[in-house]
Amino acid sequence: MKPEMRDNMKPRQKRFVFIVVAVVALALVVGLVLNALNKNVSLYFTPTQVFNNEAPQGRSFRIGGLVEEGSVKREKDGLTVNFVITDKHKSIPAIYKGILPDLFKEGKGVVAQGKIEADGVMHAEEVLAKHDENYMPPEAADALKKGETANASAVAATSASAPAASAAK
Amino acid sequence: MIPEIGHFALIVALFLAFCLGILPIIGAARNNPILMGTARPLVHGQFVFLAIAFGCLTYAFVANDFSVLYVAQHSNSQLPVAYRVAAVWGGHEGSLLLWAFLLGGWALAVAVFSKHLPEEMVARVLGVMGLVAVGFLLFMLFTSNPFDRLLPAAADGADLNPLLQDPGLVIHPPMLYMGYVGFSVAFAFAIAALLGGRMDATWARWSRPWTTVAWVFMTGGIALGSWWAYYELGWGGWWFWDPVENASFMPWLLGTALIHSLAVTEKRGAFKSWTVLLAIAAFSLSLMGTFLVRSGVLTSVHAFATDPKRGIFILSFLVIVIGASLLLFAWRAPKIGLGGKFDLLSRESLLLLNNVLLSVATASVFIGTLYPLFMDALGLGKLSVGPPYFHAVFVPLMAPMVLLMGLGPLARWKNFSAPELFRRVSWAFAGAALLALLLPLAMGKWTAMIALGLLLAFWIVASVLLSLRERLAGHGNFMKRARGQSLSYYGMQFAHLGVAVFIIGVTLVKGYETERDVRMNVGDTVQAGSYEFRFNGVTDTQGPNYVAGQGRVSASKNGKLVTELFPEKRQYNSSGMPMTEAAISPGWLGDLYVSLGEPIPDGNGAWAVRVYIKPFVDWIWAGCLLMMLGGVLAISDRRYRIHRKNTKHVSDKIGATNAMTLEGKAS
Repeated sequence: MKPEMRDNMKPRQKRFVFIVVAVVALALVVGLVLNALNKNVSLYFTPTQVFNNEAPQGRSFRIGGLVEEGSVKREKDGLTVNFVITDKHKSIPAIYKGILPDLFKEGKGVVAQGKIEADGVMHAEEVLAKHDENYMPPEAADALKKGETANASAVAATSASAPAASAAK
Repeated sequence: MIPEIGHFALIVALFLAFCLGILPIIGAARNNPILMGTARPLVHGQFVFLAIAFGCLTYAFVANDFSVLYVAQHSNSQLPVAYRVAAVWGGHEGSLLLWAFLLGGWALAVAVFSKHLPEEMVARVLGVMGLVAVGFLLFMLFTSNPFDRLLPAAADGADLNPLLQDPGLVIHPPMLYMGYVGFSVAFAFAIAALLGGRMDATWARWSRPWTTVAWVFMTGGIALGSWWAYYELGWGGWWFWDPVENASFMPWLLGTALIHSLAVTEKRGAFKSWTVLLAIAAFSLSLMGTFLVRSGVLTSVHAFATDPKRGIFILSFLVIVIGASLLLFAWRAPKIGLGGKFDLLSRESLLLLNNVLLSVATASVFIGTLYPLFMDALGLGKLSVGPPYFHAVFVPLMAPMVLLMGLGPLARWKNFSAPELFRRVSWAFAGAALLALLLPLAMGKWTAMIALGLLLAFWIVASVLLSLRERLAGHGNFMKRARGQSLSYYGMQFAHLGVAVFIIGVTLVKGYETERDVRMNVGDTVQAGSYEFRFNGVTDTQGPNYVAGQGRVSASKNGKLVTELFPEKRQYNSSGMPMTEAAISPGWLGDLYVSLGEPIPDGNGAWAVRVYIKPFVDWIWAGCLLMMLGGVLAISDRRYRIHRKNTKHVSDKIGATNAMTLEGKAS
């Protein structure tokens, strides 16, 4: 019975085999893509969000904003750099070991990818290069806009009740 | 005055494109030879006026006419003349003009080299290309006119982005665009087949060389872009899975699938509908590539514009092109049919599997590239998909495809016996596997990824050798048999070898590269791989439009000086932009790569320096060159040329027989 079946597989059976193979393959591919996406998507947060503990702990994410003026300090090895990323509302300290992109400058936009460690510092694995002086990474631009609105509402709040404005440093 | 002539030429070209998009297609539908006959003259005219427009813009750049807004934005009087010419396509508007100009060029080429095609086919193909040109010219004239004036004129231009001031970038965009635009020919052939309701082996033979030429250009364009990134961005990477790179990679993947599907359609008459669908998809992705890069949706070096009007225009253009062709496909595809039958085990089914894998790979790149855009558009937050995603998806999809790639050329059409095929390849496969397992041990580091990469590469090489042996071995005249094989056969094998060389490059550079970012005082040495690098300080030099700090680094091996490297850190005068210029000492077995990071403050001349050893990295681009060579060989095949002579012969013969019968009757 069996060999016979293989020898004269009818078109209907052939189609069936084909469809089963296709469905299994499709399921595998979808699984592969979803799994890879799930593992490798990095979400983006503003310094204010990070300050409010909205960023994931122990998982890599992206932060965007400006490099705060006067915040860039180099350690003795010449390669480790400490700086502060700000959206002009809240600021997050960051540390990066390696060579920074050409256009990394105080007061300019920056996007960093990394993890927040227990010390509350963003340990950047990657600081993103910009290709043009006038170009602001969209994430950084977005962070600044959000920071501004937060400041505006903070100002409104302070005028209503005086305390708790100094956290904006 | 000159810019106005250019502007006017564009308008005339638009008018001609309109006629080209309407008259010949109506002519073909009504079988009206006069209307069909308008196609060629219209294409000639369109090309002439696009060339005039392109020439005018080039002139404006060379003559430093800063009263033209686009010139003022992208050039500078200090810029060397060669880069002034390249600056024509250094921005959004000029790139579009280049696109349209190349489209005119491709249409002209089709008009000239299609003497043997039936008139209605030519009319339809050129007509569809005319419609595409209409879309692009409208877009240019309404949203991005390169000839817009700037009044009063700027005293000097804003300069070309320093990253783009490089020989690689003089050629990269035109080459890539030749590929993008070239797929419009395959697309036009597919639409013409749908319109005519006729699609057979002859059709495939016509559109195959065009598709291959486009694919060759695209391969070259992508390879150049990658090479440029490697030596110009200053940190030694050659592919970043950047959305802009993906935008060119997706049509390439589908184009590769299309080439193989066309082969089946030509040889076996199968895969007809699928081929048409692939041609539509490949061109749609080319358009989308333009959209992604030019609309400013994805911000990177290539995103010149951030004007939403443009985005909406291209998006609607895209919807019209894809929507209309898919509707036409749904309506007409039943008429062209699915094509010939084949067994579950046959070269056809292997090629089908290759097509499916390539299409799935394209889809996975598509998802990774556009997922962040969709999330952002839906207000679900900003996120990014990094290179690890693409690695995780791409390797499992490409590994089986490469294994199949070795089998395909050895398998028989229609059906093959699996045991017989496996017996034939078993030694080749075993040899490749053994070598792939042992070689990493000899090189001092064994990982599964290295072994897998080498296995795939060696398997391709082994299968190519096996195929050559089966075809060429035997008694008698070897040269005769070697000459007896078709050029397209050699082309295929060269292209496949190119993939092997490419994989070797990728595998070895990933597996064995050394990257050291170090702080170096003057006189410091650092060990990387088997080389010792000595930093001899930085001195100031002067370029034509920049000042630079030039580092001097000497590399030595076993105490012997190998080479001296001069990496630069440049500061461009007009834009003030800093630029890292890496110094590379290339070699067959690997590159030495040094680039300057930044000066260490209060470091007495100390700098942060990148010192890299990149084994076999040049094989990546050598592989691409081999693939291109394969494509060129394939289109040089006799059967594409013989065709023309044959039709001539036949008509001569018919003439002769007619004459003879006449004579016979007369006598």
